[in-house]
Amino acid sequence: MNTVTKEMVINVDEYLALDKYEVDEKNAHIEVDTDGSDAEFEKLMLVCPAGLYKRDDDGKKSFDYAGCLECGTCRIACGDTIVTKWVNPGPSMGVEYRYG
Amino acid sequence: MSDYEAIVVGAGCAGTVAAYELAKAGKSVLLVERGNFAGAKNMSGGRIYVHSLRKVFPEEILNECPFERRITHERISLMAPDSNFTIDFSSEEMKKEGRESYSVLRSVFDQWLAEQAEGAGADCIFGIPIESLLKDETGKVIGVVAGEDEITADVVILADGVNSLLAKEAVGAKRPIASQVAVGVKEVFALPEDTITNRVLADSSDDGAAWLFVGDATHGTFGGGFMYTNRESISLGIVAGIEATATKGKASVTKMLADMKSHPGVAPLIKDAHLVEHSGHMVHEGGLQSMPEFVGDGVLIAGDAAMMCINLGYMVRGMDYAVASGQMAAQASIRAIDREDTSKKGLEHYRELLESSFVMQDLRQFSNVPQFMAGFDRMFGVYPEMIRDIMNSLFVIDGAPVRPMKKTLRPIVKGVGTMNIARDGLGALKAL
Repeated sequence: MNTVTKEMVINVDEYLALDKYEVDEKNAHIEVDTDGSDAEFEKLMLVCPAGLYKRDDDGKKSFDYAGCLECGTCRIACGDTIVTKWVNPGPSMGVEYRYG
Repeated sequence: MSDYEAIVVGAGCAGTVAAYELAKAGKSVLLVERGNFAGAKNMSGGRIYVHSLRKVFPEEILNECPFERRITHERISLMAPDSNFTIDFSSEEMKKEGRESYSVLRSVFDQWLAEQAEGAGADCIFGIPIESLLKDETGKVIGVVAGEDEITADVVILADGVNSLLAKEAVGAKRPIASQVAVGVKEVFALPEDTITNRVLADSSDDGAAWLFVGDATHGTFGGGFMYTNRESISLGIVAGIEATATKGKASVTKMLADMKSHPGVAPLIKDAHLVEHSGHMVHEGGLQSMPEFVGDGVLIAGDAAMMCINLGYMVRGMDYAVASGQMAAQASIRAIDREDTSKKGLEHYRELLESSFVMQDLRQFSNVPQFMAGFDRMFGVYPEMIRDIMNSLFVIDGAPVRPMKKTLRPIVKGVGTMNIARDGLGALKAL
């Protein structure tokens, strides 16, 4: 098992800013228990293609569904542990690829 | 009386083709897609082998298809952190009709496919996710549920992709486990079309290259990098095993891609290019063993939702299977509707069609590959570095007197272990 260090992850928020989204501010289509297992959270830090699973310098964990690419990777990696909800975003919501 | 004879969930390669075939046969069909247009939620590497599309669309229609470039160069690289060893293959065979493959951008390609379905008479609804399936008291699937609305059909074709949330309800499919699925992260870089043509040594802007990178692309864990040339952009990405990355990964998938972009073997391809999209999608890697049941009572499953995808290391295929399975799901549905029996038994013809086609025969042929690939750790680290050392000893001259090749190469190969190499070679032969 890894202990994920700062060097192993990068921030891709500026790339996600290029993508087109319609964010459903009222409903989170993914819910994550950020008070749950650190080891499980670290898995998601490694596999999320949008880099949405983050830990700050104090070790505080956070997740924001707003940049989600709706791939389902976190559902597969941690669907039985800390990913407590995974559904598709509501009608016309979420990411919209222009290239794909 | 049902609202439609058939409902297709998902407007990707499988779903759009299924809807097209059903409409063409005069069946009333509804295609429902959660994206605001076909392809809005879809992503692939990607390249499609054209043979299965040729069985669906007549020549004059297929000529209008918005393919990006015909792939006339196949490149495979063994990538070490400080080197890149590449094989470049091109042949006249790859250009022959029915044998060629094309790069595609799904947001464009899938819209064209959906237009064909709509043109043939299919009703299409976009921007609506199907939340659940409608069943009768016996458990037979009789329609779909979206919000407050229930829409009924004699048969439902599920083509909702690799992350199918409905396959469980349809046939009791288990959620795939992390070792059976990989995650893909891709970036699209805009470049002038001539620049792309020149950089990949293609003959013209109609032609281009597919390129796979093994080794440092994933920093040594299961997976690889890829590059496909589009008309005016380059798709560059990583596919990494979810289980392997989560438990043994030396970097996040986003870091892998960032590092690959700056690797000297890749960086010149996207020099001065302009990033236009960052995307993510899963790829099924589990092969035959982890496929769900694809025939249910009143329901058929096609394409990625049925996990019809093959990764052989040197090639990844999914879209041609999706097209073929979508067509066969439609053919089996048409027959079942005409015979007024869309029960599981009535729909079994789908299985016969798949089994007698390349789809299931390929999946059977390569059924041992996933297990072999996942355990092939040396391929992702040790071998690219061994090749680097061998190539350095062959090509780098510093003026020191040369030694016999045998003496130079022996310690390099010995470092890896001749037995290991023999074992991996035989393993690969057996699996492939």
